[in-house]
Amino acid sequence: MSPEKRPDFLISAEGLRFDGRRPDELRPIELKVGVLKQADGSASIRQGKTYIIAGVYGPRELHPRHLTLNDRAYLRVVYRMATFSVPDRKRPAPSRREKEISMVIANALAPSIFLEEFPKAVIDVFVQVIQADGGTRCAAINAASLALADAGIPMRGLIPAVAVGKADGKLIVDLGDEEDKYGGGDVPMAIIPQTGDLTLLQQDGSFTREEIMEAIPMGITACNYIHELQKEALKQAYVRRPEDGEDDDDDDEDSYDDYDDDLETDLGEAELMEDDE
Amino acid sequence: MAVYFQKREVVVPGQLLADGRYRASYGTYDDDGKIYSALVGLAELRGNTVKVVALEGAYVPKEGDLVLGTITMVAGNNWKVDIGGPYQASLHANNALRRPYSDDISEYMDVGDVISAEIATFDRQSGPFLSMKGRGLRKLEGGMILDVSPAKVPRIIGRRGSMINMIKDHLRIQTTVGQNGKIWIRAPDFKILRLAIKAFKTIEAQAHTSKLTDRISNMLVEGLAEIEAEEKGEAEAPAPKKQENEEVEAAEPEVEEEEPKEEEPADEAESEDSIEEEEVNEE
Repeated sequence: MSPEKRPDFLISAEGLRFDGRRPDELRPIELKVGVLKQADGSASIRQGKTYIIAGVYGPRELHPRHLTLNDRAYLRVVYRMATFSVPDRKRPAPSRREKEISMVIANALAPSIFLEEFPKAVIDVFVQVIQADGGTRCAAINAASLALADAGIPMRGLIPAVAVGKADGKLIVDLGDEEDKYGGGDVPMAIIPQTGDLTLLQQDGSFTREEIMEAIPMGITACNYIHELQKEALKQAYVRRPEDGEDDDDDDEDSYDDYDDDLETDLGEAELMEDDE
Repeated sequence: MAVYFQKREVVVPGQLLADGRYRASYGTYDDDGKIYSALVGLAELRGNTVKVVALEGAYVPKEGDLVLGTITMVAGNNWKVDIGGPYQASLHANNALRRPYSDDISEYMDVGDVISAEIATFDRQSGPFLSMKGRGLRKLEGGMILDVSPAKVPRIIGRRGSMINMIKDHLRIQTTVGQNGKIWIRAPDFKILRLAIKAFKTIEAQAHTSKLTDRISNMLVEGLAEIEAEEKGEAEAPAPKKQENEEVEAAEPEVEEEEPKEEEPADEAESEDSIEEEEVNEE
């Protein structure tokens, strides 16, 4: 791999970025749900050249036992980068950076999950970075949140995340690797879209108060856009999966009713059934 | 007062479902009068109650559920039972045996035995406790355990047991479905067993499509016809030697591809036909 060079410019004369994006433009994002067979829930994200897979197991019995929390489930996130995910081979031992990002992701996701429904249990989230090109912690949160939903874990909502940064004195959204390395800093953030609460806010580099005040709304707008993509990806996975090209459309009233009743019986909520008639 | 979803729409966590005087039920949460979905699932409105039927999820014990489990430990007067999901269950000898019983309760049931039991209590503070005092709750002998997603169990049982009874009528197998996604099957032979597994797996995969009972019924009838044809072929084969034998062999792989995933040797010797099992019908 040839040594990387600082690009001649991060913002061109026309006001476009290194890779031709507008300052508030995200990289193309591709989200897929249910990509792993063995995990209880899984999702993958491609964001520019960044490629990440997240798998979720649980809720399940927690080992080692001493980590048990008596009032809620323990959310254990493991963020790892593949040795081939970066230009120089990444040494396979868990690094300080990976441990920190694991914690950061856990803290960003925890407020969205009803952890109190599974006391003493653990929810395991494994995030594997296959290819890193900037913004991995945010992309990891996007994918992990989808994987949690895919695992059937009750949540307040999906968590979208994005980084806002600075390059050549201009605020830019969703930094690529070069912008991250040679730019003036970045502010990754994650939100709960329903309430607008921030669950992650970090800062790297120096920003003025005015810049931060401008950066956060930019990030929230981008997060809301990513949230739409997440919802779309999740629905796609479930609407398509079971049909198997069968001819069972719901236009048949009879079967529709039959099915409907099934659902009701299933939940065993006897008192609700009477409301129906 | 408004509802923001279609009947049986696939909803995602955080999606606004209703607003106003509605009651949040299973799979939803209430935030300041607004009801949101907490799960990926199918949204339903019953009266003024909103709920989401989950499409995935681990098993969370509920009092009164019939479950199947494997004994993992014998501890004094308790058996520890793996019922899947995040919590290990325990079963006290008093809730399983008639007194007086021997001090060594492993004489009755030991590690590795599979049992059907009921969740007696579960309150999040102390893990689920089981009971085997009840009709049809017993140690399961022979047969095999098939694992399916616990969220799909209601569909496998069907409305008032319609699906499971249909399968039993067709295949004449003994089977018990636990709410924890474990299904015990004891079939007279492997061909029937494979067909049963295929049926359960099909239901699991297509759980939220309609007219499923009819499709499974057709599948079973066809499957049985195939097995019958094969057996006929085998019976006739020995007389006219080679040629027909080859045909039979050629036909066989189709069936054999569906290898059962895990199984204990089927106890074929005891064939007390069709002992009625108690089903897990939620009323």
